[in-house]
Amino acid sequence: MLRFVVIRLAQLLPTLFGLSILLFAWVRALPGDPAQALLGDRATPEAIDRINETYGFNEPLLTQYGMYLAALFRGDFGESIRMHEPVLSAFFDKLPATIELSVVALAFAVVVGVPLGYIAGRRAGTNVDGGIVVLSLIGSVVPVFFLALLLKYVFAIELEIFDSVGRQNARLDATHTTGFYILDGIINVQFAAAWDAFKHLILPGLALGTIPLAVIVRQTRGAVSEVIHEDYIRTARAKGLRSITITVRHVMRNALLPVVTTLGLQLGLLFSGAVLTETVFALDGVGQYLYQAIQDRDYPVLQGFILLIALLYALITLLVDLSYGFIDPRVRES
Amino acid sequence: MTAEPVTTASTAKRREPERGESLWRGAFRRLSRRPVAIAGAVIVFLFLLVALLAPLLAPYEPASTEWTELSTPYWVQGHSPDHPLGIDRWGSDMLTQLIYGARQSLIIGVVATAIGLVAGAALGALAGAFGGWVDMIVMRFVDIMLSVPSLLLAISIAAIMGKSSMALMIAIGVGQVPIFARLLRGSMLGQNEADYVLAANALGLRKRTIVMGHVLPNSLGPTIVQATLNLATAIIEVAALSYLGLGEGDPAVAEWGRMIVSAQDRFEIAPWLAFYPGICIAVTALGFTLLGESLREALDPKQRR
Amino acid sequence: MSEKKPPLLEVDDLSVTFSQRGRDPVEAVSEVSFTIGEGENVGIVGESGSGKSVTSMALMGLLPERGVTVGGSARYQGKDLLRMSRRELNRIRGTEIAMVFQDPMSSLNPVVTIGTQISEVIKRHNRVTSKQAADRSAELLDRVGIPDPRRRLSEYPHQLSGGIRQRVLIAIALACEPKLLIADEPTTALDVTIQAQILTQLRELVADFGTSLIMITHDLGVVAGLCDEVHVMYAGRIVESADRRPLFAQPRHPYTGGLLQSVPRLDSPRDEPLEPIPGSPTDTLPWSEGCAFQPRCSNAVDQCLQQTPRLEPDDGRLLRCFNPLEGGGRDR
Repeated sequence: MLRFVVIRLAQLLPTLFGLSILLFAWVRALPGDPAQALLGDRATPEAIDRINETYGFNEPLLTQYGMYLAALFRGDFGESIRMHEPVLSAFFDKLPATIELSVVALAFAVVVGVPLGYIAGRRAGTNVDGGIVVLSLIGSVVPVFFLALLLKYVFAIELEIFDSVGRQNARLDATHTTGFYILDGIINVQFAAAWDAFKHLILPGLALGTIPLAVIVRQTRGAVSEVIHEDYIRTARAKGLRSITITVRHVMRNALLPVVTTLGLQLGLLFSGAVLTETVFALDGVGQYLYQAIQDRDYPVLQGFILLIALLYALITLLVDLSYGFIDPRVRES
Repeated sequence: MTAEPVTTASTAKRREPERGESLWRGAFRRLSRRPVAIAGAVIVFLFLLVALLAPLLAPYEPASTEWTELSTPYWVQGHSPDHPLGIDRWGSDMLTQLIYGARQSLIIGVVATAIGLVAGAALGALAGAFGGWVDMIVMRFVDIMLSVPSLLLAISIAAIMGKSSMALMIAIGVGQVPIFARLLRGSMLGQNEADYVLAANALGLRKRTIVMGHVLPNSLGPTIVQATLNLATAIIEVAALSYLGLGEGDPAVAEWGRMIVSAQDRFEIAPWLAFYPGICIAVTALGFTLLGESLREALDPKQRR
Repeated sequence: MSEKKPPLLEVDDLSVTFSQRGRDPVEAVSEVSFTIGEGENVGIVGESGSGKSVTSMALMGLLPERGVTVGGSARYQGKDLLRMSRRELNRIRGTEIAMVFQDPMSSLNPVVTIGTQISEVIKRHNRVTSKQAADRSAELLDRVGIPDPRRRLSEYPHQLSGGIRQRVLIAIALACEPKLLIADEPTTALDVTIQAQILTQLRELVADFGTSLIMITHDLGVVAGLCDEVHVMYAGRIVESADRRPLFAQPRHPYTGGLLQSVPRLDSPRDEPLEPIPGSPTDTLPWSEGCAFQPRCSNAVDQCLQQTPRLEPDDGRLLRCFNPLEGGGRDR
């Protein structure tokens, strides 16, 4: 197991190394002088000089790259021009909100998608199956920010069931220890605060959840429709087991294996969607910060966030692969 | 003794195999029986028709403005018969904007997918045909591209190139490169092992002849399926980039995504301004998705009956 | 037919029809009738496609619900298996009637431990604790001849050889000491040496448990040492039913004769070649147009193409043939 992790991490290195080269080149490809690009139009000559000094823009390219890489290893991912704060700490400040949103979205997609996929798979080829598949596809083709706007309009503005913006009602004055507001509410025994934070995530989670929903439905459907024809399902039925036992222990335990792998691959899409969803609902997460950085041409933030997201994405994919080993005994062995 | 499969239909009269029916003809026959595929094809056809004939269909010039208070569609009180779907906040006719928006979506979608297809197919074919260290380098490169979510990739490219249709096309197209590269490499490697390629090798055919004559044509089906599906993604991504402020900068160009964005702050009083373009994006993307998914199933050899 | 004991299972005029949209319905099994008494072993023999597996699946209620019509009756201790609700059937399956399947490689769930797969059937049908179920599982593994049974309980199917897996399947089937065991080609997928071991063991086990056995196979050799009565099926119908001895001594149906000719036997003269039945099971005639075996039959007469033969009593056995093999047959 340890060897597997080490090998996977080693495989990751060239990818991240390559990405760092691309991002390094990217800043130099930005329109205009790199220092100008990093600081924006209103930069003073002194500021430009200072940037040229710190990033070594006057040095040869190879030296510049060396400096960039050395800074990365020190944990220096640059500094936001707009907020004047280190990119790394900004990223970790905003990350909990994005993780919370992604977890809610993914939970929604799994809770709705797996049963729908199961039903469709059991009845593959029927109208029920076709209906479910088309329905899940409709969810996936509505642009996520448009869906977010719609949900916000209907449920937050017209019906006033949910709050339309933010992560939590400020008047609650909740204590925040971890940055995960739901978790904070629970560990600080402020259940009203936890509930409020959750309520703020329902609409964004719903909107964002439609992205993985279609894939989960399709994967589950495909896996279930294959597994139910396996010989071991016939064995299970011949044992006279209850259908719930057959479904859970024999069908789903096998059918969910491929679904778990896709979940990992879905995370990239989830991140993309989070940028859009957070913006609509003014959730103070990585996505909204990135959106602001795009609006303000805050290139150091873009550069740093892209690298950090790639890193995070790679780590999560690795975790998903490892979890695969735990649920599939055949993989665990090798 | 051999394991025997459970055969149940021994007394059935064997059907004559459909002799000489090509993969494509068979796929078409199966498609024409599926309502989902027909629905997809009809949507795609209507979309193409509207996009191509936009100047003939649109009641007004694109981005022509007139100052009027009437901004409501026909089903809202006080509408103007001249503007069946109302007018937007700059006084342009909604219907005209939507029709020209289809054209813009089609152009960007097709060009972006073409960029992704050509570049991706070239990389994939390179990796698949040569193998070895060429394969390794190409696939590492593809891995790097895949390590960043495609929307972020598009954002970073759009950031360099500025707000233009060209930037959008390249940004979205580059995001598709890894998909096509993997697809083509995979199907080429898979077919290098296929019996008929081994047979062609044994016959002493030149490598180029084998690749051109056997491997590429057989990779065509999955590639077309993927391109159809990617058109849907591209249309959605254009809107997403517009929403992030990275879309087409020229206000004279009608674009669905930007129509939603500009309708955003009037959502409470005129929701239809966002609703129409949103529906257009969803329906068009659904059309391409349905068509692509049905095509995938129809071309799947396991499905052939 | 012998009437030694009151029948445990009475199958009467069983038929299974598969219908698919846009195609003619296919009658996979029809006019199948047989009985099995307590402690009896019965063999159902035929090539692939003869309907023998479909017959067993129909009895167990394992056929898909859509597109399948099952006719006739199968009275188990007086109650018709084919008319039972799923609930009633589930109470009988695994405990009263159990089944061992053909392919041990695919018949065990790859992601569930052997222990769970055995104990779940024990727990389903008996009120026992997990501990008791595990003990019983280990005991069963021991009974089917698996060494070190305790350790096996926590292993997964992919860690076991084919022979061991088949033994596990037998252990699962016998877990609740069923009254009837249906074994569908239990040894076909295994090596020849292991086949013999497993067959011997199966025979001993059903004798110990007092279980009746329906052995489904394409191999008359399997049936020879095991079954009291044999039904030979062709194209979905029984063509010959007889007690073991007379059947082997004197096959009457040309198909039975052909099957026997193609089994290697120790006592046959060394230079006598094995004679396979010409053609394949797909070269059949619909029963409605005559005898399905006619295209492959060396004894065929004109009548075989004009009339459907019926299963009729003939000298202590049942036979479906217009021109049966005369006494002598293979045994000179």
